[in-house]
Amino acid sequence: MGSLKLQGIHKSFGSVDVLKGIDLEVNDGEFVIFVGPSGCGKSTLLRTIAGLEDTTSGSIEIDGRLVNNTPPSERGIAMVFQTYALYPHLTVRDNMSLGLKQAKRPAAEIKDSVSTASSMLSLDELLDRRPAELSGGQRQRVAIGRAIVRKPDLFLFDEPLSNLDAALRVNTRLEIAALHRRLEATMIYVTHDQVEAMTLGDRIVVLHDGIVEQVGSPMELYNSPANKFVAGFIGSPQMNFIDAAALDRSDAKTIGIRPEHIQPNKKSGDVKGRVSHVEHLGGDTNLYLETENAGLISIRLFGEHQFEIDATLFAKFDDKRVYRFGDDDKTLQ
Amino acid sequence: MQSARQSYGRSIAAHAILATYTVIALFPVFVVIINSFKTRKAIFRSPLSLPDAESFSWIGYETVLKQGDFFLYFQNSLTVTVVSLALVLLFGAMAAFALSEYRFKGNTMMGLYLALGIMIPIRLGTVAILQLMVASGLVNTLTALILVYTAQGLPLSIFILSEFMRQVSDDLKNAGRIDGLSEYRIFFRLVLPLVRPAMATVAVFTMIPIWNDLWFPLILAPAEETKTITLGSQVFIGQFVTNWNAVLSALSLAILPVLVLYLIFSRQLIRGITAGAVK
Ligand SMILES: Nc1ncnc2c1ncn2[C@@H]1O[C@H](COP(=O)(O)OP(=O)(O)O)[C@@H](O)[C@H]1O
Ligand SMILES: [Mg+2]
Repeated sequence: MGSLKLQGIHKSFGSVDVLKGIDLEVNDGEFVIFVGPSGCGKSTLLRTIAGLEDTTSGSIEIDGRLVNNTPPSERGIAMVFQTYALYPHLTVRDNMSLGLKQAKRPAAEIKDSVSTASSMLSLDELLDRRPAELSGGQRQRVAIGRAIVRKPDLFLFDEPLSNLDAALRVNTRLEIAALHRRLEATMIYVTHDQVEAMTLGDRIVVLHDGIVEQVGSPMELYNSPANKFVAGFIGSPQMNFIDAAALDRSDAKTIGIRPEHIQPNKKSGDVKGRVSHVEHLGGDTNLYLETENAGLISIRLFGEHQFEIDATLFAKFDDKRVYRFGDDDKTLQ
Repeated sequence: MQSARQSYGRSIAAHAILATYTVIALFPVFVVIINSFKTRKAIFRSPLSLPDAESFSWIGYETVLKQGDFFLYFQNSLTVTVVSLALVLLFGAMAAFALSEYRFKGNTMMGLYLALGIMIPIRLGTVAILQLMVASGLVNTLTALILVYTAQGLPLSIFILSEFMRQVSDDLKNAGRIDGLSEYRIFFRLVLPLVRPAMATVAVFTMIPIWNDLWFPLILAPAEETKTITLGSQVFIGQFVTNWNAVLSALSLAILPVLVLYLIFSRQLIRGITAGAVK
């Protein structure tokens, strides 16, 4: 129904290479996340899949069909944009039905499709309003509704939540997760927010500078990152990176340890430091240690803890959770 | 407090400057209009006084309206202005859309080339234009004027509109493409309504020089049946005697249509601005 296969996708704007050879397979019904820092080419890749940009080279197959030369409207896709991109002069109903009208579908089918989508997203009361009369959250739901109405094989979301405020973001995130379970459609979801990526995806594709750094389930990425970039990108607060030489270790160039895998200890530990800052988040406490030779180290503790600023403490690493990175920043086994 | 008072003073100063400018700009128009309602003697005796019972006279308007061709001149001016304006807006917007939306070789060069006309006055090419019109048999037709004015208006219109079109959201156009809209529908239905304020600005800037132009009507279309209102009014200006009543009345009448057009566009302009603010 909605599988996707990318082979050797290159894209350059003038002399700037934005995508540098992307290979990827997405299975039917999967929820795949593209995650990476801003400017790494996520949107460009998504627009290439949608057919809004031509590839410089490489092939795109949707549902086993080569679509390199197929216009966007015939690729069996629907896209939800960060800026909603609703047609300002049309009502919500017309916004949602325009795609099917253009495809010359029978009026009864269009009506059916719109009412299914609108009840799914509780948009019934808004159908006769214009986009200008809706709040941000409502607009994004309409944009999602417009995508559902098209009954696409493949949904493409480009940072759909980043213009919403925090509370609405969580709600809409749950709504999208529920939608995926209900429609059983293939979805590709772009975000720069690793929390969204971890919570929504079956599989996550980590992009960086136009290449795929790693593909895997959220827990695979968390537990066995392929390289230093992925290790640093997934997890919050970020993994601590320490020069191996500073710890008198010669089996790696850099040592990585996540904040949640370090325990503070008054008497002994791997590094000694001074408490420089404490953050109380309620459920968690983040402790920052300014160490003698390993730089600033963050420690994440569960629950409430009190520490004196400037107190001397040792950081004790969980040895089983220490990552080693080689000269090329790849993870050493 | 201080800053409130300061900005109060500043706003008085700004209004004073604007008011002065308005008075200076409107003064000649005002003089033309009041004098068009006076007898010839009264015009010369006290050109700045308002018409009173003694000096009031319709003579100027009567002369103008009796001069049978006056309505024809009017019609010619209106045809030339409206058709040129429509062509400038249509082609200008289309070229601006292509320049701002599509990446192709020489895009920047093309943009520069099309904007070059802003800096080079079209009148420099008058001789060549005349030769061209003679060769193509268009002398003494309104078509000649319309072609020239369209060429004259395009550079500025492309320049302004492409700047505005760059600001129209890419996502919106892309949403249209995914829904299967053609590039023409995206242009006419999605993009044009969003740049309406810019279109109104361009319309006003384009329309007034066309309506007021004397040069090209005199050179390209001086025949009786293709005279425009500015050229037509010249019949009242002789080498030795000038019928001031008639000239002033003709000029007063000539203000009307352009005023109507201006009001139409400026309403669009304001509507466009407020619509943008609410969105
Ligand atoms: N139309 C374009 N022309 C030139 N460069 C572009 C264009 N679109 C994107 N880029 C460049 O490609 C890079 C990736 O952009 P994008 O895919 O939007 O990143 P992301 O969505 O990951 O933040 C950026 O450096 C951006 O400047
Ligand atoms: Mg992006």
